[in-house]
Amino acid sequence: MFGYIVHRLLVMIPTLLAISLIVFIIIQLPPGDYLSTYMAELQAQGEAVDPQKLAYLREIYGLDRPAWQQYLYWVWGLLHGDMGYSFAYNLPVTQVVGDRLMLTFIVSFSTIMFTWIVAFPIGIYSATHQYSWSDYGLTFLGFVGLATPNFLLALVMLYFANTWFGISIGGLMDDRFIGTPWSLAKLGSVLAHLWIPVIVIGLSGTAGMIRRLRANLLDELQKQYVVTARAKGLSPFRTLMKYPLRMSLNPFISDIGTLLPHVISGSAIVSVVLSLPTTGPMLLDALRSQDMYLAGSFLMFLALLTVIGVFLSDLALAALDPRIRLGAGSVK
Amino acid sequence: MSEARTPLDHFVSEEPFEPNRVEPMSPAQERYYRASQWRMMWWKLKRHRLAVLSGAILGLLYLSTLVSEMLAPYDLHSRHTDFIFAPPQQVHLFDQGHFVGPFVYGFDYSLDMTNLKRVYEPNLAQVQPLRFFCLGDPYDFWGVVSGRFHLVCPAENGTLFLLGTDRLGRDMLSRVIYGTRISLTIGLIGISISFTLGIVIGGLAGYYGGWVDAITQRVIEIIRSFPELPLWMALSAALPVTWSPLLVYFGITLILGFLDWTGLARAVRSKFLALREEDFATAAILMGATPRRVIFRHLLPSFMSHLIASATISIPSMILGETALSFLGLGLRSPITSWGVLLNEAQNINVVALYPWLMLPVVPVFTVVLAFNFFGDGLRDAADPYR
Repeated sequence: MFGYIVHRLLVMIPTLLAISLIVFIIIQLPPGDYLSTYMAELQAQGEAVDPQKLAYLREIYGLDRPAWQQYLYWVWGLLHGDMGYSFAYNLPVTQVVGDRLMLTFIVSFSTIMFTWIVAFPIGIYSATHQYSWSDYGLTFLGFVGLATPNFLLALVMLYFANTWFGISIGGLMDDRFIGTPWSLAKLGSVLAHLWIPVIVIGLSGTAGMIRRLRANLLDELQKQYVVTARAKGLSPFRTLMKYPLRMSLNPFISDIGTLLPHVISGSAIVSVVLSLPTTGPMLLDALRSQDMYLAGSFLMFLALLTVIGVFLSDLALAALDPRIRLGAGSVK
Repeated sequence: MSEARTPLDHFVSEEPFEPNRVEPMSPAQERYYRASQWRMMWWKLKRHRLAVLSGAILGLLYLSTLVSEMLAPYDLHSRHTDFIFAPPQQVHLFDQGHFVGPFVYGFDYSLDMTNLKRVYEPNLAQVQPLRFFCLGDPYDFWGVVSGRFHLVCPAENGTLFLLGTDRLGRDMLSRVIYGTRISLTIGLIGISISFTLGIVIGGLAGYYGGWVDAITQRVIEIIRSFPELPLWMALSAALPVTWSPLLVYFGITLILGFLDWTGLARAVRSKFLALREEDFATAAILMGATPRRVIFRHLLPSFMSHLIASATISIPSMILGETALSFLGLGLRSPITSWGVLLNEAQNINVVALYPWLMLPVVPVFTVVLAFNFFGDGLRDAADPYR
């Protein structure tokens, strides 16, 4: 097990390096750089641009150097926790992003929790009541969640939460807490605002989870040991709980790998609609204005979150399911 | 069951043995046992009612994209400046108790001076019967042949806004119908790109194994560890602003296709790993078949049906992806009209409160995604007809 963890951690290093390279290429793709966008903007407003000042700015931001030097510079900074400099905000990226990374993490984590809590009972129910009306109904509900574009759902919920319950749910906390240090009251306010984005983002992932749990559980229920247990006179509830359910729990853990990118994607667009102070809206702005280090750091962070999430889920899976042998190659 | 009363311990038939008579097959059975794989899949698919229904809906929608110009009551760009943000008009059959046929009531327009909201009231005196198979807005059929024929048109000097109008007074129904063409083809083109990539890359990795496999696996892992929407956002933000809308359309399709192949490649690879050890594959290799022939003639057909099923299931994510990108303003741009571009106009809370019909393009999105899911489910069940 220890050897496996070390191996996985070592593999993660080239993976992350490759990801950083891809991210850098992507943020370099648009023609021009932030300064040329900035200059065009100034010219559009009718302001004179001093070419000397531009050259100076270009030099101190390192934009005049060849791309590979910029890349090395950026990666070197990342390794030291320095995410570069945001042009648009005129601040180091670390200061601009501030709470956002933390809040993104909170939103993603609660969404996965929500998905589990909803999918678990529904999946069990529809597997044990296969082909009943309630099975069809619940499956259909899951599909509805899957098929509704979640940004629109967010918009509609925003409106109805306001007209029906009289609460404003835009943002992730009350205005008075913005920019204040973390406290219990702030946490409470965040929790009160959290439920809408969590439901909206979570719904689309829930359907897939329900279906996999249902399919797994159905497979298990047909196996012979279940028949044996029944024949011995075990109560249906115990028959279900003792083995089949535990066997079919794997998707909950192993699916983090697919669920996490999905949740982060969902939260990116939903948070634009709900104007949540997470990475989504700022990433969109940064991409539009070619604020490359800001955009790059966000993309890097999201990918890092995913890679670590997948790693943890593999470990948890190995810990939970003794049938999985780690590190050993296949026999053949 | 017949009880044999013979002196022997067990019954022995006196008649000469004839193998063909033991189990004579009924014509129905014979048809069943001799049916090809694809025929059996069709039979199995037919039993899945919902999948057949979904398939039919999808087929109709794709057919409709061939003749969008005729189905839409108006041209894509015709603007009705007198009817800005007009609500949907209802089709009636009876006017004050007597039968007229399908018709709509005209609008009375007034401006609410307290909140400056446009108010449209149906005017019961104005009965505007619909015209069918008629001449209306001129259009260029597929951009080439000009024509004026429409399936349904408003009455002369009348209006027909079954789904209301938008902020420029354009008919929403016509725009949704034109949008179908773009939104549905994006899914198809995108999936053909990712399907090809998935089969080739996954096939190579699975067939050769070794370092080819190892590299492919790493690449797939890296691509999959990106959350797709932020990646799509970044790539489509990188499309040059100077590109024409049509180029942007192909750019977006390419982006969606080039990032989606990983799941398919994984499926292909694992199938290959399992199948290349099978006897028929070994036999083909021993007989001197080239790798290309082994892959395409022997291995691929044995799980093609599974691939088609899983490709069907991944089309909706592309359609939703395009919708999301266009909604954020990073995707397609007008004058190219897709469902996502239409929903882009439903972006603020005002729309939900005042002009909810602008959100109607979500209905086709919803329908198509559901239909693809059900159809794909049915295909997946049918993909293995021998079970």
